[in-house]
Amino acid sequence: MNYDLILGILNIVLISTTPLVFAGIGELVTEKSGVLNLGLEGLMLVGAVSGFISLVITGNYFYSFILSILSGVVLSSIFAFFVLRLLTNQIATGLALTIFGIGLSAMLGKKFAGTPINGLSPYYLIIFSFILVFLINYILYKTKAGLIIRAVGENHHSAYALGYDVIKTRYLTIIFGGVMCSLAGFYISVCYAPMWQEGMTAGRGWIALALVVFATWKPWRLLVGAYIFGGVAIMQMNLQAFGVKLPGQFFNMMPYLATLMVLVFISSNKVRLKLNAPSSLTMPFIKD
Amino acid sequence: MIKIQKRNSSSSLIFYLSPIVAIFLTLFFGSLIFLFLDLSPIESFKIFFIGPISNWYGLSELLVKASPLALIALGLSYCFKNNIYNIGAEGQLTMGALFGGGVGLFFYDSNSFFLLPTMILFGSIGGAFWASIPAILKTKFNTNEILSSLMLTYIALLILDYFVVGPWKDPTGYGLPKSRPFSDAGRLPVLVDGFRAHIGVYFTIIIAALSYFIFNKTLFGFKLRVTGFSSKASKYAGFKNDNLIIYTFLISGACAGLAGIFEVSGPIGQLYRDISPNYGFTAIIVAFLGRLNPIGIILSSLLIALTYLGAEDAQLFLKIPSAVGFVFQGLVLFFLLGADFLNKYRVLLK
Repeated sequence: MNYDLILGILNIVLISTTPLVFAGIGELVTEKSGVLNLGLEGLMLVGAVSGFISLVITGNYFYSFILSILSGVVLSSIFAFFVLRLLTNQIATGLALTIFGIGLSAMLGKKFAGTPINGLSPYYLIIFSFILVFLINYILYKTKAGLIIRAVGENHHSAYALGYDVIKTRYLTIIFGGVMCSLAGFYISVCYAPMWQEGMTAGRGWIALALVVFATWKPWRLLVGAYIFGGVAIMQMNLQAFGVKLPGQFFNMMPYLATLMVLVFISSNKVRLKLNAPSSLTMPFIKD
Repeated sequence: MIKIQKRNSSSSLIFYLSPIVAIFLTLFFGSLIFLFLDLSPIESFKIFFIGPISNWYGLSELLVKASPLALIALGLSYCFKNNIYNIGAEGQLTMGALFGGGVGLFFYDSNSFFLLPTMILFGSIGGAFWASIPAILKTKFNTNEILSSLMLTYIALLILDYFVVGPWKDPTGYGLPKSRPFSDAGRLPVLVDGFRAHIGVYFTIIIAALSYFIFNKTLFGFKLRVTGFSSKASKYAGFKNDNLIIYTFLISGACAGLAGIFEVSGPIGQLYRDISPNYGFTAIIVAFLGRLNPIGIILSSLLIALTYLGAEDAQLFLKIPSAVGFVFQGLVLFFLLGADFLNKYRVLLK
């Protein structure tokens, strides 16, 4: 094995992992405030298709970027309205969003499937993803805004009693999560692929969801975890090159298995659970 | 000022009316989507909702799709009534297909009368086994069942993938990722010759009737309702919540496993990767739309099954992707959840 091959593989890992970082960090912030959004896959697909279509029509990366982000804002605001104002079950609402997003993106993208485009270089967004993780870590743990987000996610009644606006905080974190998912989608259809195909996010939304738990809701661990998950997926494709005889499905299973083990490990101990998971996760907030 | 007030007791009128409101809102938004695509809403709805069931073949296909959906949703209703969010039915279905299908492949040249019953038995065991994992993790380690059952779904799908690509691949199948076909003795009998609707429908109806009885006439059903309403009340009453969690998971997994083995021994006849068009997830919509009530679940399974068939016809005749079915499924769940707000809360104008 030579030096070029290793560098080549590292480069592929870098390029293919970035959507996980975006979707994961968005979901992390949403979950930190106590809301579980299972709509990641749907949000990513709609973000991908709106970015792609607007690029085909306008030929302008900036408009394409803005429209993709906008799709995330709109869809996640709808999700937020349902779970925060109508107090719907977060699990069911998130699933509805995913199913709706899969359908909507396929319908919108039908005419554009297979249209060739000039992709945007992925490296801008790759660099941005590292800065973003740094920023989110700083905001969550060193600023008042981060303190409010964490307080709301830990115990929304205490946070409310302290005078923090629980609903507004959650609206903002949900929309941030949605925007990050559409950014991940934009990256996939405009930078990574670059093309549009039905269901092209290929389950990355679910892996990102697993990643947040795997990282025990901590931004730096999320970045490391994303590269472990991404690296394993690329290794699986290059097994022959490494002379490994294990079946590929075993490698693809690793993120889910590892997440399950982390989940069992942190939840088996009450203190450990309190230190890691946001206590109000999936609980609706009702003012008394 | 708008003020929101919690209702002391839920209104049963709104409770049963909200699915109907949700369906109408979905149709309204659906017609907007058709207009947006330059299609006539009325013609499109005819193709989508009436075309697929205007002949005997279509009605049989409706049962083929509705039966697994209803079966899984019935199982899920046990969990949901108990406030346990098992969202891993897709994985439990896959494991049912794998266990039951495994028996079928092991005895691939058998003509025994006992082959099919054994496959069905192992199918339900496979589903229950896969559901027992989140149940045990929940009761022993306090692990969140939403996340664990979801992770296990993707693990199950990859295990099936491994078997059909690897050890169970049909040796005469030109290297395609498919198993050999089951022997005739391993195939589920159809209801009427020439149609695909199979005797799984009978199982579904029997399980629906049984569930209706269990929910309304037994102590177990009563415990479920109490625990779902308030887990504290149930503890005071001396009910063992952990056991209840395990039983509901096992029932739910067994139902999903049955749906899985019925799919592969019925319409499919072998094992391959995509044995289920997301039945395990869609059944969650069916369970909610049917208000966790066995009769409601049967009705909603027929409606959601129609969105699958309608979507296939829409692709053929209207040239729109079959994913339009997902749009309808997502919308109906959104509106149902939204309408439920009026059931739990009163909106007062001051």
